[in-house]
Amino acid sequence: MSELATAREIDRSKMKVSDEVAIQINNMNKWYGTFHVLRDINLTVNQGERIVIAGPSGSGKSTLIRCINRLEEHQQGDIIVDGTELTSDLKNIDKIRREVGMCFQHFNLFPHLTILENCTLAPIWVRKTPRKEAEETAMHFLEKVKIPEQANKYPGQLSGGQQQRVAIARSLCMKPRIMLFDEPTSALDPEMIKEVLDTMIELAEEGMTMLCVTHEMGFARQVANRVIFMDAGQIVEQNEPEEFFNNPKSERTKLFLSQILGH
Amino acid sequence: MSNIEFVRTEMLPEKEPPASTVGPIGWMRENLFNGIWNSIITVLFVLAIVWTVLSLLGWGIQPTWNAKSLSECREIIAATGYTGHSGACWGVINDRWLQLLYGFYPLDANLLSAVSGASAAEILADPRAHVATPIVMILGYWRLNLAIILLFVGLAPVLIERAPRKLLIVTVLFPFIDVWLMWGGSIWGPAMAFVGFVLGYFAFKILAPIAGTLIAVIMSAVVPIIWWLFLSGSAASIFAGSPIDLTLEPVSSRQFGGFFLSISIGVVAILGSLPLGIVLALGRQSDLFIVKALCVGFIEFIRGVPLITLLFVANNLLNIFMPPGTNFDVILRVMIMVTLFAAAYMAEVVRGGLAALPKGQYEAADALGLDYWKAQRLIIMPQALKISIPGIVSTFIGVFKDTTLVSIISLMDPIGLSNAIRANQEWNGIVWELYAFIALLFFVVCFSMSRYSMFLERKLQTGHK
Ligand SMILES: Nc1ncnc2c1ncn2[C@@H]1O[C@H](COP(=O)(O)OP(=O)(O)OP(=O)(O)O)[C@@H](O)[C@H]1O
Ligand SMILES: [Mg+2]
Repeated sequence: MSELATAREIDRSKMKVSDEVAIQINNMNKWYGTFHVLRDINLTVNQGERIVIAGPSGSGKSTLIRCINRLEEHQQGDIIVDGTELTSDLKNIDKIRREVGMCFQHFNLFPHLTILENCTLAPIWVRKTPRKEAEETAMHFLEKVKIPEQANKYPGQLSGGQQQRVAIARSLCMKPRIMLFDEPTSALDPEMIKEVLDTMIELAEEGMTMLCVTHEMGFARQVANRVIFMDAGQIVEQNEPEEFFNNPKSERTKLFLSQILGH
Repeated sequence: MSNIEFVRTEMLPEKEPPASTVGPIGWMRENLFNGIWNSIITVLFVLAIVWTVLSLLGWGIQPTWNAKSLSECREIIAATGYTGHSGACWGVINDRWLQLLYGFYPLDANLLSAVSGASAAEILADPRAHVATPIVMILGYWRLNLAIILLFVGLAPVLIERAPRKLLIVTVLFPFIDVWLMWGGSIWGPAMAFVGFVLGYFAFKILAPIAGTLIAVIMSAVVPIIWWLFLSGSAASIFAGSPIDLTLEPVSSRQFGGFFLSISIGVVAILGSLPLGIVLALGRQSDLFIVKALCVGFIEFIRGVPLITLLFVANNLLNIFMPPGTNFDVILRVMIMVTLFAAAYMAEVVRGGLAALPKGQYEAADALGLDYWKAQRLIIMPQALKISIPGIVSTFIGVFKDTTLVSIISLMDPIGLSNAIRANQEWNGIVWELYAFIALLFFVVCFSMSRYSMFLERKLQTGHK
């Protein structure tokens, strides 16, 4: 058994999976040069779903979620995000990126800007929000991730956990409908992992659609409504967390779980 | 086995460090006399420095400031009983410093005669006989002095954070006013050149939303070029000579010279090479093959060729490509060549800064929905340029000193002038005094740039990575 992500009871009142499709991926394939990194990916994500993607290193988890906001280009199949198809049309890409927030393993905050400026930059320049309003929104989200007092510091002056929470706040300032997380806690010390997970749990409790690559199986158990297991560029198994952990079907999944949960 | 248990019952108070490890004594012990060899080396170096400074002072401290020729200098030095090899003859600097600063730029004799009462002809023959030297410098060359002042005022809001923002108006206008002050003539020439930039700006503003940034950038270059080539000349001549005109005595480029010429070429090259270098560095990273090939070709070609070659091309060869009859100013040609030369180096410096940025910065900008230009302007360039500050300023300093090469194509920069001064009968044989003075001028400017860059680096420090 893995540790729990949080000791408290999760509030599921707003965690509703609607019928509305947020992301639709059909027969998607991707190659790096001649290396076939994603193979026949089919995935439908409904609005309000919390999906955890797990799998061994190099299985293509990052590549998959980076295709969703076009940080990587796929070569075959369709990806439809919020009704907009991802093609090389820049207008569509911009539209999707405005609706999809992303947090990275190494935070990728802008070191030359203060925390507040990090959070207001995209709303001001992409959404054309007036500065004052953007700053109010930013403070609102910084309060939410519990670091409003750091607003005028620079990222280099914050701890890793604080930086990752700023990164989450920065994405939220764009008011995204979908959030992507690529191993948001794997560069952090154990005590900081908890504060970032807490932030993510609160986000889930508010009904955010989330796709999360993570090795935090406690988070998957408590928060996710679906766990996807990937290996060798393919989706090998997906199920509800309870079933996934207690009753894995595929041999690869069993092997992976035994390694990661240390049975 | 011995007992390893230990419990401290009393905490230790703080103590002063031993006197021999702190303060000046501690510092000297640590850095100068740390061991036998270190001490010997320190003593030897101190002796060498003292010896050098003493001999330089012996050469330099000579009462020759008022001498009128080299032979007079020698008499004065002999009269003092000085026994060294030779003494400095500072009379040449006293006699020629205005020329070393301003070249053969014509004095405003009318203004000087108005303040002194001497006639303009008398002033021209020997200004310093009738007017105090500082007044000659300030009023006689007021056009160049004003140009320099405008330059500083215009740069202030860029260089100093606390400077009033209103000065940005000067920043935009000073290049045009300075051109008018320096070359004289009708103000409508530079004014129409300015109009070209305004047209380019509006071309960008209007086209960017409807045709996309790339088209807008291209048109914002094409529109002004068309304006300058075909329209601005006739537009200027309509206004020139009309009552709403301001004219100054025209000055030809061959009359430019001295340190002022170095500064003009240097400032143009510095201000021009940074934006051009950024564009080239971005072009070099472009996905468009043609753009990339052009930028790489340009950078490698310019860096592979000595600046002197480019200056000869500017001086002689460029006329071949011009339509016959066009008079393309020689200083302008040199300025363009030096700018291109500096830009090629700048491009590589900026590329180094770009390469040092983690890929995550681009990805974060993309993920937030910033387009290429906004990401460059708001995220990438501020960081890349900050990383490259030492390299950028080195390039600035290098190109500023390289302006002395224009003496090869017989422009009268300080080095060119020093040759001309030496060709004079009175000062034939003078070498080091002139070079020392020129070196001092360049050192002051280059050292200031270097200090400013260190200040900027410290100011932009925003905590460790
Ligand atoms: N830019 C690239 N060019 C070529 N191959 C790449 C590139 N990026 C990733 N790969 C390869 O694609 C495969 C999938 O990479 P990906 O980063 O998606 O794995 P991952 O599942 O996220 O692994 P990890 O858990 O280590 O982050 C890996 O084998 C990797 O070596
Ligand atoms: Mg990964």
